[in-house]
Amino acid sequence: MSNPVPLVDYLVLGDDLHLVANECSSCGARFFDRRNACAACSGTDFRPVRVASEGEVQAFTIVSHAAPGIPVPFVAAVIDCDGTSVRGNLVNVPPDPEHVQLGMKVRLTTVPVGVDAAGTEAIGFGFGPLDGGPGSASSEGSEGSE
Amino acid sequence: MAGDASTGDVWILGIHMTKFGKHPDLDTVDLAAEAALAALADAQVSMRDIGVLAAGNLMAANAGIGQQLQKQIGQTGIPVYNVANACATGATALRTAIMAVKAGECDLGLAVGVEKLAGAGLLGAGGRPKADAETWTPRGRYGAVAPVDGRIGTETMPGVFAQIGMQYLHEHPYDGVDQELFARISEKNHSHSTLNPLAAYTKKMSLDEIMGDVMIAYPNTRPMCSANCDGAAAAVVVSGERLKTMAPDQRRRAVKVSASVLTTDPWEEACQVLPNVNTLTRNAARQAYEQAGIGPEDLDLVELHDCFATAELVHYDNLMLCDEGEAVPFFESGATWRDGSTPVNVSGGLQSKGHPIAATGIANIWEICHHLRGEAGDRQIDGANVGLAHVIGLGSACGVHILERAA
Repeated sequence: MSNPVPLVDYLVLGDDLHLVANECSSCGARFFDRRNACAACSGTDFRPVRVASEGEVQAFTIVSHAAPGIPVPFVAAVIDCDGTSVRGNLVNVPPDPEHVQLGMKVRLTTVPVGVDAAGTEAIGFGFGPLDGGPGSASSEGSEGSE
Repeated sequence: MAGDASTGDVWILGIHMTKFGKHPDLDTVDLAAEAALAALADAQVSMRDIGVLAAGNLMAANAGIGQQLQKQIGQTGIPVYNVANACATGATALRTAIMAVKAGECDLGLAVGVEKLAGAGLLGAGGRPKADAETWTPRGRYGAVAPVDGRIGTETMPGVFAQIGMQYLHEHPYDGVDQELFARISEKNHSHSTLNPLAAYTKKMSLDEIMGDVMIAYPNTRPMCSANCDGAAAAVVVSGERLKTMAPDQRRRAVKVSASVLTTDPWEEACQVLPNVNTLTRNAARQAYEQAGIGPEDLDLVELHDCFATAELVHYDNLMLCDEGEAVPFFESGATWRDGSTPVNVSGGLQSKGHPIAATGIANIWEICHHLRGEAGDRQIDGANVGLAHVIGLGSACGVHILERAA
């Protein structure tokens, strides 16, 4: 049994779970994909930087209709992680507008993807309410929500 | 008003849109030909007069729709530019023809956009099952070992634009119910379409019907999403200099292109995480107002890219129809209904008129021209002199055209 693999290469698994971005050495713009050059300044030198693992939901949708094979409903969101925007699903929260709110505070967590034919497990990520269980986010002072 | 034709100007001489909806018996070329021939007839010119053809058909972007069209309506040997720019394809075709005329390469150009999209279903998700591979192997620019749609956010258009609308409400907090606000925008456009015989859907829908319909991606239910349908639109453009030599009736019905702008999204934090449709629209609008020498307060009507109800709201702000951050109170004032101060999407918009992708960026010009010519029948905005047409193609491209009635 081999070690689990991350769903994407910018996810760092283990005890110190976090996301890593490619930061432009010239202008500081951050990207999650493999780069040819910087979209902001065209610089070609990048360094890996750790992205904050806690953040605030700045946009979300509850997807009820997706491509075949994708389980619905799920909550897709953009999370502001201390100035770096991250795309991810919101997890450990009921997928309804009563529980998911703009401005809610969330934290990076792992999500199982599955095990392949070789017995290797893949692990993805999502963001869950900061203080744990379902619905807990609504008790937080969520500025900018409904 | 636009005054008389002069050197350096470009005008719409003729324009047409087909009925939007289901055309099971017409193929892509049939629809393009119908629109092109009718635009030529409207302009009172023939294919022999045209010096450049720009054509778009996004779903078959490699098929050379321009040459296919020529083979049905006139192979005159002129240059053809087949263009593809997502949902801005039609506006890009029009702008290509305008640029050729502006550059002095020819006096008359033809732009065509056509799409067969009825029954296409969910766009942006590939439309087919995304199976995991046998073994986890990192692929692509994110080194993903499995498809990420649904695992890391959503790639579907309704979901992407839902987030764009919700992001606006995060930045500009709203006291009411999110979904009801957006549904009321949809209610307006479905109501407007009852006066448009060329719209794919012409049925008025109540707020309850809209909110109670099938949920696609909160807050967008099905009627709050653009309607996939078949359709085509075409426009003939002419130089001001050539127009001066034309018949009085052609000059009277010609519509001045006071601004023609195409922008892409400049880099900003987050723009590769969630597409930013705001800055490029604001940039295009600013350039267009400057080119035309008019402001948003001068607009008699606007056709903007309401691919989803959530998108329409943000573009009130982006096109500067309201003060910055004031899109919600602007909408709630009734300003964007057809009897309001800035009627928006009196055609019914993409949600009700329909969105045959490559046709959309010319069809919205047709709608504006129809009003500026005083030919819009039951849905005529009285005394319309100036209008603006806007499209967004995700990726992104933004087209803005400002049109003015002839003197």
